[in-house]
Amino acid sequence: MHPVLPFVTAALLFGLGVAGVLRRRHAILLLMAVELMLNAVNLLLITADVTVRATLAAATPYAGQVLALFVVVLAAAEVGVGLAIVLRLYRLRATVAVDDVPLDRVEAGR
Amino acid sequence: MTSADWLLAALGTVAVAAGHRVVATDRLVRAGLHLVLCLGAVAGMYLVLTAEFLAWVQVLIYVGAVVVLLLFAVMLTRAPVGAAADLDRPGWTAPLVGGAAGLGLAALLVDAYRWTAVAPAAPGTPEALGAAVFRSWVLPFEVVSVLLLAALVGAIVVSRPGGRR
Amino acid sequence: MSLAELGLRVALVVVAFLTLPLVVGQAEHKVMAHMQGRLGPMYAGGFHGWAQLLADGVKFAQKEDLIPRGADGPVFRLAPAVALLPYLVVLLVIPLGPGDLVAQPLDAGLFFALAVLGVGVVSLLMAAWASANKYSLLGGLRGAAQLLGYELPLVLSAASVAMAAGTLSLPGIVAAWRPWWLLWQLPALLVFFTAALAEIRRPPFDMPIADSELVFGYLTEYTGLRFALFLLAEYVGIVVVAALTTVLFLGGWKGPFADASLGWLWTLLKVFAVSFAVIWLRVATPRLREDQLQRLCWQALVPVALGQLVLTAAVVTAT
Repeated sequence: MHPVLPFVTAALLFGLGVAGVLRRRHAILLLMAVELMLNAVNLLLITADVTVRATLAAATPYAGQVLALFVVVLAAAEVGVGLAIVLRLYRLRATVAVDDVPLDRVEAGR
Repeated sequence: MTSADWLLAALGTVAVAAGHRVVATDRLVRAGLHLVLCLGAVAGMYLVLTAEFLAWVQVLIYVGAVVVLLLFAVMLTRAPVGAAADLDRPGWTAPLVGGAAGLGLAALLVDAYRWTAVAPAAPGTPEALGAAVFRSWVLPFEVVSVLLLAALVGAIVVSRPGGRR
Repeated sequence: MSLAELGLRVALVVVAFLTLPLVVGQAEHKVMAHMQGRLGPMYAGGFHGWAQLLADGVKFAQKEDLIPRGADGPVFRLAPAVALLPYLVVLLVIPLGPGDLVAQPLDAGLFFALAVLGVGVVSLLMAAWASANKYSLLGGLRGAAQLLGYELPLVLSAASVAMAAGTLSLPGIVAAWRPWWLLWQLPALLVFFTAALAEIRRPPFDMPIADSELVFGYLTEYTGLRFALFLLAEYVGIVVVAALTTVLFLGGWKGPFADASLGWLWTLLKVFAVSFAVIWLRVATPRLREDQLQRLCWQALVPVALGQLVLTAAVVTAT
């Protein structure tokens, strides 16, 4: 198994995530791009865990995978709170574009 | 290249292609569906990398819950079925910065690892990970549970209708 | 396990995937006809209306395959396949009998099954959104809220059994099962069965379809074979849910006698008994309103499942 393959995939996914966060105006698409970046990090952690553990006997067992597990949990929490904020914004201002939020109130039709 | 390498390369290609569609498509829900594909391919890579527990966690939490939540929110904010014109900021900054970050990191990693082959270590079964979490990582685990509770309460408070605005 | 053997096992699972739902579908026709005094399903083919299912199949195959002009074509076409696939994959890990009678023994079989079942909700959202129809969209929103909510008690009650058995492997759980667990795990059994019914959107939890208010929910725009595929997915869903309930809570292949030789028969009998209960509930219970449905999940099932977890943990640590 050549670790460079998943490593390169992770790097490219991270780059895509960065581009998405900078480019998207729609709040939910922004969150999706953030998910891409988190996933890239997870892939990196797991690949490093599997390959480094194979070569370094002294490393803490499964540290990378446990860390990835925590990242998944944090991502779930982040999406929960993030979407709650986005939906609240939509209800109050009838828009989800992150770079121009109207300051006066516009009720979205319910 | 062994069969594991071919699998990794194929799944990686799928993941990157789907990831590109996520950040480039002009149809909102399609972006979410491509995210499903991308996350699924990454879960497949976890399987090949012998991290089976993480692969199933990825499917259960990401595909089964996080993406569904995102799609749900897309539908609640009245996304059009067809293409939408105003999803992106104009300009070349974002692709340039993103491309530089991605390719730069990739170059660094390629330079660090070259074409070395590694035999896979012991698989990350639920049993092994459970032992690791509850032997070496108990305190972070508890802290994460508190954080989840805080997120839960926060989400409910933010999204509750009425109240002071 | 050699490649040929693996192929044979997968082929057998595909055969089960294609036949068991038809048996359940035929049973549903007949059971509903008897329970509600329906005469229609008793005519086709002469004796007891045996050809009704065949006639239905022919009817679906003849209908035109319509795709609405405003729909998102590729997503619309792909949705039925995504609905079927998770159930097929879950059948791979369900043990039929003791020893080697399982297509693909996995150490984390239960976890795998729950994770893959969760993918099904994506197909519902695909169908709902791609139809470009407001009834479909409303059905999809209801469905997503329902499936996300009921996933929680489903996983919690399954976790209770896994904790009691001390393993995530489905054959391992059956091997550890004892008859008195029927009493000990009874709350978990009820929660799991109810939540699983909601997961496959069977009446009384068919709020996303609700034909009296949403036309046909997220399936409104589907016709012909694609609609038949969704129906098939529902019947496979019944089989999978019945099989999971059997394996987790009813002792799988364990029967009153001859476990070793007749294990597969006990499993199938239990699966059909649970399927019968699913059909019975469709006939006998009225549809829950949306708020009642959510309240049942969050105020009844989740607390009961959490209580069961505490009870299981207490008994496991005490013994």
